[in-house]
Amino acid sequence: MIESTAAALSLAEQETERKSETRAPVKHKLMLWVDDVTVDFDGFLALDHLTLAVDEGELRCIIGPNGAGKTTLMDVVTGKTRATSGAVYLEGQSIELTKLPESRIAQLGVGRKFQRPTVFQSHTVRENLELACGAKHGVFRNLFGGTSRAEDERIDNVLESIGLEDSARRRAGLLAHGHKQWLEIGMLLVQEPKVLLIDEPVAGMGPSEMERTAELLKGLAGERTVIVVEHDMDFVRGIAQKVTVLHEGKVLAEGKMDQVQKDPKVIEVYLGA
Amino acid sequence: MTAFARAARRLSSMHSPRAWIAICAVLAAAALVVPLSNAFAPAGSTLHFPDYLVPILGKFMCFAMVALALDLVWGYAGILSLGHGLFFALGGYAMGMYLMRSIRGEGVYRSDLPDFMVFLDWKALPWYWHGFQVFWFAVAMAIVVPGVVAFFFGYFAFRSRVRGVYLSIVTQALTFAAMLLFFQNATGFGGNNGLTDYKRILGYSLHEPSMRLTLYVVSVLVLFVMYVGCRFIVTSRMGRVVTAIRDAELKVRFCGYETNHYKLFVWTLSAMLCGIAGALYVPQVGIINPSEMQPSNSIEMAIWVALGGRGSLFGGILGAWVINGAKSWLTVALPSAWLYVLGALFVAMTLFAPDGLIGIGTALRARFGRRQP
Repeated sequence: MIESTAAALSLAEQETERKSETRAPVKHKLMLWVDDVTVDFDGFLALDHLTLAVDEGELRCIIGPNGAGKTTLMDVVTGKTRATSGAVYLEGQSIELTKLPESRIAQLGVGRKFQRPTVFQSHTVRENLELACGAKHGVFRNLFGGTSRAEDERIDNVLESIGLEDSARRRAGLLAHGHKQWLEIGMLLVQEPKVLLIDEPVAGMGPSEMERTAELLKGLAGERTVIVVEHDMDFVRGIAQKVTVLHEGKVLAEGKMDQVQKDPKVIEVYLGA
Repeated sequence: MTAFARAARRLSSMHSPRAWIAICAVLAAAALVVPLSNAFAPAGSTLHFPDYLVPILGKFMCFAMVALALDLVWGYAGILSLGHGLFFALGGYAMGMYLMRSIRGEGVYRSDLPDFMVFLDWKALPWYWHGFQVFWFAVAMAIVVPGVVAFFFGYFAFRSRVRGVYLSIVTQALTFAAMLLFFQNATGFGGNNGLTDYKRILGYSLHEPSMRLTLYVVSVLVLFVMYVGCRFIVTSRMGRVVTAIRDAELKVRFCGYETNHYKLFVWTLSAMLCGIAGALYVPQVGIINPSEMQPSNSIEMAIWVALGGRGSLFGGILGAWVINGAKSWLTVALPSAWLYVLGALFVAMTLFAPDGLIGIGTALRARFGRRQP
């Protein structure tokens, strides 16, 4: 426990150092900082003094065996689960998320894609995207107003980048599984979030769909901060810049994919097979 | 001009032209054909619409408003209320209070106070009865009181994330508690006898056939306006948010919506619509008493919507008409069989047409249509 806190501190120091060193402060700005978070489910520590720092524009993959705390981590960041202790900061240290309701966190620019694709089944693809970008308006604006021209444009762009222009008028419930996953990513994109949390984006996808998804995510990184939780190691190898391995609610290793793969601790708990 | 064009475009986006024609046909039949045949066709001819049916049909219009309101929260927002009878009754009581005040000394005891107060030996009007001698005040209260009750109930229930069947049970308890309260003489609403023996409304006698016809036509028109209003809501961007909440509330919250605001809006609006329905119901049936708040009444309202087809506003209205029509007919023709018929109808619909009466057409086409290419 003490070890991981120390590691966290040194990590945070590194971040500040790097910030002061570089000329362009826009790059390497700390975007999401999970600071010493513990989640205690009646004695079971789903997250155990976990610390994690993700830079702006980074594409980070989080891997780990079942029960390592990956989904709980996402739950804490998005406000679905309350942290027992610790804090989560967005954009440096300016905003603390753990006390805020889910909707507020989403409005601040943290978007989340669930493990199981959840799109609004009885709405069309386009309506799904319209829904995703209407949250800031409030009840009465949405009662009397339609989508603005800027919103329409954004929706058109997203439809193109997720490759669903031809299905815009189809009911989302009728889409193939892989297309639902894309639609859900698209719903995140129209919100123009700062941080995208994506839980198992390629679960149940075929190879060609997987490739397309990898391109989509790589295209987003740089512009947005993307955090992906994924089981499929080939997929992770294909996209990851930096990988964090979780185990029993703690960070086991962090670094480039090939480094992490050589780490004996990681091999023992996860990659051994 | 532009405002007019925009309104026209919005109206046409709410329904297909064919659906608008069908709706206008129903409206014309209800608001023109029935009154004309009742007023002008000679009594006894087959074209004459009998007097005794007018208030019954008016009652059906009020029930249809309730079904519409309930469909809005259940069919679209996914909140099953088993307590809408309470909001209906509150609206009814507000109108009943006005009608009691307008008796003005023509009651059995020739007193300025309503008869039941004289009977209880009360000397003065309770404070909350003041103002109800004014018609528009009573109408406003028929909308505001159910709205306020629903708002506070909904605020706390939604904030505590009470959902699904738990919420239904709490609404049921709410109407039951209110019923017990209104049964008390001391509450000041006439105890278990309620408010009755009305004489006139806005100075006109309530027993004249022309007044009954007027109340009926007003009910039809109010129902139409409510329908268009509800349709406006469900086809708006906000309506799509509400249906999305029904289908996946958590996801909507993660999109950044404050889902409680949306739920609270439709919930409160629905209660207010029920209040209006109650206010139109009372002068047509001539009585309001706490039995309107019985849990079974509220459950029956949910059955109208379920049988008619929830999630389609006209389905709810259709369900209210068909079930109440069958009830009026069967309770006279075969009084002992009515409940069995209702039960059998409910089982049959659940088995063969889960989308309700409104979905029968599509269900039949799916089953029998297009056998041969």
